[in-house]
Amino acid sequence: MKQMFLTAAVLACATVAKAEVVAPGDVQFGEYGAIEASLSGVPGNADSGLEIMVTRGKGNCIACHAVSALEDYPFHGEVGPSLDGVGARWSEAELRGLVANAKMTFDGTVMPAFYQTTGFNRPGNAFTGKAAEGELDPLLTAQEIEDVVAYLMTLNEY
Amino acid sequence: MKKFLKASALAASVFAIASAAQADEEADLVVNGEIEITVRTSAPEHVDGLRDIYSGWVFRSDETQAMQMDDFDNPGMIFVEEAIEAFNTVEGSEGNSCASCHDTPENLAGARATHPKWNDNAEEIRTLGMQINGCRTEQMGAEPWAADKGDMLAMEALLASVSRGMPVNVQIDGPAEAAYELGRELYYTRTGQLDLSCASCHEQNYGNYIRADHLSQGQINGFPTYRLKNAKLNGVQSRFRGCVRDTRAETYAVNSPEFIALELYVASRGNGLSVEGPSVRN
Repeated sequence: MKQMFLTAAVLACATVAKAEVVAPGDVQFGEYGAIEASLSGVPGNADSGLEIMVTRGKGNCIACHAVSALEDYPFHGEVGPSLDGVGARWSEAELRGLVANAKMTFDGTVMPAFYQTTGFNRPGNAFTGKAAEGELDPLLTAQEIEDVVAYLMTLNEY
Repeated sequence: MKKFLKASALAASVFAIASAAQADEEADLVVNGEIEITVRTSAPEHVDGLRDIYSGWVFRSDETQAMQMDDFDNPGMIFVEEAIEAFNTVEGSEGNSCASCHDTPENLAGARATHPKWNDNAEEIRTLGMQINGCRTEQMGAEPWAADKGDMLAMEALLASVSRGMPVNVQIDGPAEAAYELGRELYYTRTGQLDLSCASCHEQNYGNYIRADHLSQGQINGFPTYRLKNAKLNGVQSRFRGCVRDTRAETYAVNSPEFIALELYVASRGNGLSVEGPSVRN
């Protein structure tokens, strides 16, 4: 009986931990822009991350970055560096920080912050050209950021 | 043998024409075999962020480039034809047409090259469109045309076409200085949730691809521009709206003080390039 109670308690804790999403305003960046803690509490799914990387209206990461492993998906941009080998040259925490808000790592970068909802000049209502109504949603959800980071961690070859 | 030579000469000339059509970033633009267009030159002194300036034409595909080399291939010229008719049509309470004062469109050569421009009587900066409407309301007693819409864009295309080959020469000092300063500030101000300024793409990243788009310097010497994407003439400030919208920002309105200032500033970044409207772009 005691054993069962303990199991139930552990399960309950796990469930709570799973639902623990860090809000965009609560993200803790390290001195050099890394984010140690998962934003969603749920491990990222690299397959889902790939889809986000190549989908316009989601991450659309290849709009600016070339990725050799994604050559089946047409039209990679040149605005940012190639992402080949990012999983080898950055840690998971650093990649999480770069995707969430690259300006915390590279001051003044043109890369948009994918997990930021405040501090913008003339924020709009998505792509309507009209003023935003109420609070903005981040460009990607906490779980989508984790999924992209999981995919980026698989890019460990140059 | 003679026949063979003739045939190969013909083949060679056909090949030469084909090669000319295969234009690239190094290509030169001559319209109708006679109007020489400056598509690249040194940046004007007041532009810190660029060494050289390039017309958007050099960033377009060979096929798109070729369409602008001959007026018969340039769909924008259809609207120029329409505007010639409008130019000669009496409208409004005063019994005037454009021709009543200006006689021919060619007499307005140079107007495109210097606008937006300070107007002493009105004591305001006027875009070319505002000046056209000034004529319509003040000289003709006619209704103003809607900005960046059919009639207006066609007339702007006509006025651009008669200035083709002339260097853009927009004044930035004296009475234009305040607008210049505001426009410059807006050019470098990042907007929207994507947090991008004009400079983010068109100064820092021109020549790079963003997905399938080849980023230009955003020069406006070719406006109004016929876009293959929407098969019509497009106005400068509507293009500004599109760009600002794409940063996920609240845009400014066409003919707002902000966009008039931005148009003056962006035009001045192209001082030295030739007027080439109506241009053809993707």
